[in-house]
Amino acid sequence: MPSPDLRLGVDVGGTNTDAVVLDAEDRLLAKAKVPTTSDVTDGIEGAVGGVVEQVDRGRITHAMFGTTHATNAVLERRGLRRVGVLRLGGPATEAIRPLFGWPADLREAVSAGERIVHGGIEFDGRELSPLDHDAIARFAAEVAGRADAIAIASVFAPVSDEHERAAEEIVRKELGDLPVSLSSQIGSLGLLERENATVLNASLIDVARGVTSAIAGALERNGLRPVTFFAQNDGTLMDLGFAIRFPVLTIGSGPANSIRGGAYLTGRTDALVVDVGGTSTDVGVLVRGFPRESSFGVEIGGIRTNFRMPDLVTIALGGGTIVAEDALGPESVGYRIGQEALVFGGSTPTLTDAGVHAQRFALGDPARLADTALLASAIARSDAMLADAIDRVKTSREPVTLVAVGGGAPLVPEDLPGTSEVLRPDHSDVANAIGAAIASVSGEVDRVFHLGAGGREAAVAEASEEAIERAVSAGAARETVEVVEIDEVPLAYLTDPAVRIRVKAGGPLAWG
Amino acid sequence: MQLDASTLPALARGCAILGAGGGGDTEIGLLASLQAIEDFGPVPLVDLDELDDQSLLMPCGGVGAPTVSIEKIESGDEGGRLRDMVETLWNRPVVALMSAEIGGSNGVIPVVWAARLGLPVVDADGMGRAFPEIPQVTMEIAGISPNPAVMTDERGNVIVFRATDGDWMERMERAAAVEFGGMSWSSEYQLTVEQAKAGAVVNHAVSLAIRLGTVVAEAEHDPVEALAREIHAARLIVGKIVDVERRTTAGFVRGSATIEGLDADAGRTLRLEIQNENLVALEGDRALAMVPDIITVLDSQSANAISTERLRYGQRVTVIAFPCDPIWRTARGLELAGPRHFGYDVDYAPVEDLHALA
Repeated sequence: MPSPDLRLGVDVGGTNTDAVVLDAEDRLLAKAKVPTTSDVTDGIEGAVGGVVEQVDRGRITHAMFGTTHATNAVLERRGLRRVGVLRLGGPATEAIRPLFGWPADLREAVSAGERIVHGGIEFDGRELSPLDHDAIARFAAEVAGRADAIAIASVFAPVSDEHERAAEEIVRKELGDLPVSLSSQIGSLGLLERENATVLNASLIDVARGVTSAIAGALERNGLRPVTFFAQNDGTLMDLGFAIRFPVLTIGSGPANSIRGGAYLTGRTDALVVDVGGTSTDVGVLVRGFPRESSFGVEIGGIRTNFRMPDLVTIALGGGTIVAEDALGPESVGYRIGQEALVFGGSTPTLTDAGVHAQRFALGDPARLADTALLASAIARSDAMLADAIDRVKTSREPVTLVAVGGGAPLVPEDLPGTSEVLRPDHSDVANAIGAAIASVSGEVDRVFHLGAGGREAAVAEASEEAIERAVSAGAARETVEVVEIDEVPLAYLTDPAVRIRVKAGGPLAWG
Repeated sequence: MQLDASTLPALARGCAILGAGGGGDTEIGLLASLQAIEDFGPVPLVDLDELDDQSLLMPCGGVGAPTVSIEKIESGDEGGRLRDMVETLWNRPVVALMSAEIGGSNGVIPVVWAARLGLPVVDADGMGRAFPEIPQVTMEIAGISPNPAVMTDERGNVIVFRATDGDWMERMERAAAVEFGGMSWSSEYQLTVEQAKAGAVVNHAVSLAIRLGTVVAEAEHDPVEALAREIHAARLIVGKIVDVERRTTAGFVRGSATIEGLDADAGRTLRLEIQNENLVALEGDRALAMVPDIITVLDSQSANAISTERLRYGQRVTVIAFPCDPIWRTARGLELAGPRHFGYDVDYAPVEDLHALA
């Protein structure tokens, strides 16, 4: 591993792709912002090319990528594989069907069929019911030609993945080399959230491959060979190969990056951070320098998951949001803003046009704005939506500091109800990319520990120590590494007391 | 009132608050009940006064470890098997289902079955909260027999129990629940509407849960504060979970959770002792609250209650305690479900004697 020198941070958003270069003291040396392209490749290449020409590219040792691309794919039902959903647990679990409660159109876009078959594991490792091999083969044959991926979730898969592996083998026999996602590799206890995450993971394979190959290509064509990390849902960094296999674990990396970027740019440790993008706006909370996390599973595109993620309110409001006579959004022109907005010579009134009319932006040609009453009412509606989102995130009536970041940050008005001040730091337009560049490097341990004389406490301590060592060997500074997550699954079926322990530790990159 | 897509989310939220951490994950109960009413139509919530005095109520719910219930979800057919066997044993129809415990998922699961069976759910329960053991119900205090008890699993196995007393019923059912994989479904203490009206149940428990869930959902600024006022709760600590120890043994979840104080509570440490439910809140050797009063862990932001199986490292929580139904403070109530029953060598002290309530 090279001794770190300069770091490249890249955020691939729905509208813009941003890149920054930071030095060892976290000083911003270069930044670039280019429109995200439909295949993401040109955008990433453009943004990376834009910053590396401002620095000595040979000194870039590390590259950190974050993206909302997977989230946007889910929100916009775009580029998703059709997944055959197989649950092993019958006759139990029939009271809640797979994908029950999903938005109907998302289920339509993602599911190639769902089936609950007999099988699954008890909490103590016994069989819940014998695995129904024939039913699995029948299901595979039924979805053949319709499904481009398979997701398999067994009851108590975190205790034993035996039935999931057996089912995978049957599916492969029927369907050949189709990608198969197993829930045992993706989540912990909680069948429905784990199953949802597994289905999303299978569905996002192409999206992840698109982004990771675009990254690899952009780095290569710019003559860079850095150690490359990808930001995960909890804001920590993992290596790029992991992101290809488990795209769902990167689905929510954007918000953690923008909140941390907002903290970096203002030096504040406690504030609300509003990130106004092209399509959507996230409001998160900075508590003692870290994004506040949700105690419950976070919903992504209306789907319940159990990821550790920043606690956010997301609204469909951004610079590209389309202004209509009786509605503001939720549709957005997205990355086509540069052609479609009125001020840029297009014919679609957007919130950016309304912002120019209200003199919050100085962009394009204001003379092209005709229907000013429409734009004035749109900006009023936008202000009300922002105030409401902020009120939903706040925990007390006390006015708070608001940090506005993201390309659409100028849309946030000076005086917003519930806030004591609105900060608009320099470089707030690339806060996401900065957040990726300064994110923690993490290490994870997930294995079965046999409880010896020291009992559970000793096992947790051992697991924590290993996770910390892994974070350090991935590049984290030893003195700053902290345990960020501990998850235990007792394995009651073994004669010796044993527990599956998953520990994650993370800390900022160490500097040579 | 109808139990439907507009009322069930509030019911589930309220059941979680009343559950003292137990009774099973209400999200499971909510999704299962929403699926059942989508497939079979809404369920009427009826008052005891609307039912004929001599008609039969079927208390019901899940028995086992809540850690199992978030994985091995029910099939949905369990309630029908229970009803059929209860009717056979009593040789008379069941007119309404009743939650044996309003706390947790068990407050919602009867709705799943009632929708399928075309029966109403009665606005009452047997605890006013959740407890881990079978005889810890108000029907036991009222002298109603637990017999005949019926238990089933998701596969279709059915057992009828006749026990010499509530304690034996607990021992036999628990053993069967373990064999079934840590979770099973049962009915005990069937009773008439007349007996229920005479004080054998906690009346209006379902509508109370809906009210609490609504208060939290509609709170404008501080849902924890709004809820604490509504139920007159004491805030024991505001902090972060730093350790959770949990074992699934002998058909229960046992363990503890440690919460370190934040802000005004910085420097304090609270430990919750768990047996399916939060039993005792300890600061050092001192008990800040104890069974049968209700100790609930709330997410500090949303005031959503976090069940014992969902507690995890790093969560920001507020622990509250509030008074149980007065029937649990009688001599028989404390004998069944007071701190000494669970092995704690302390005399019960009501939460309002230990703290100022909101």
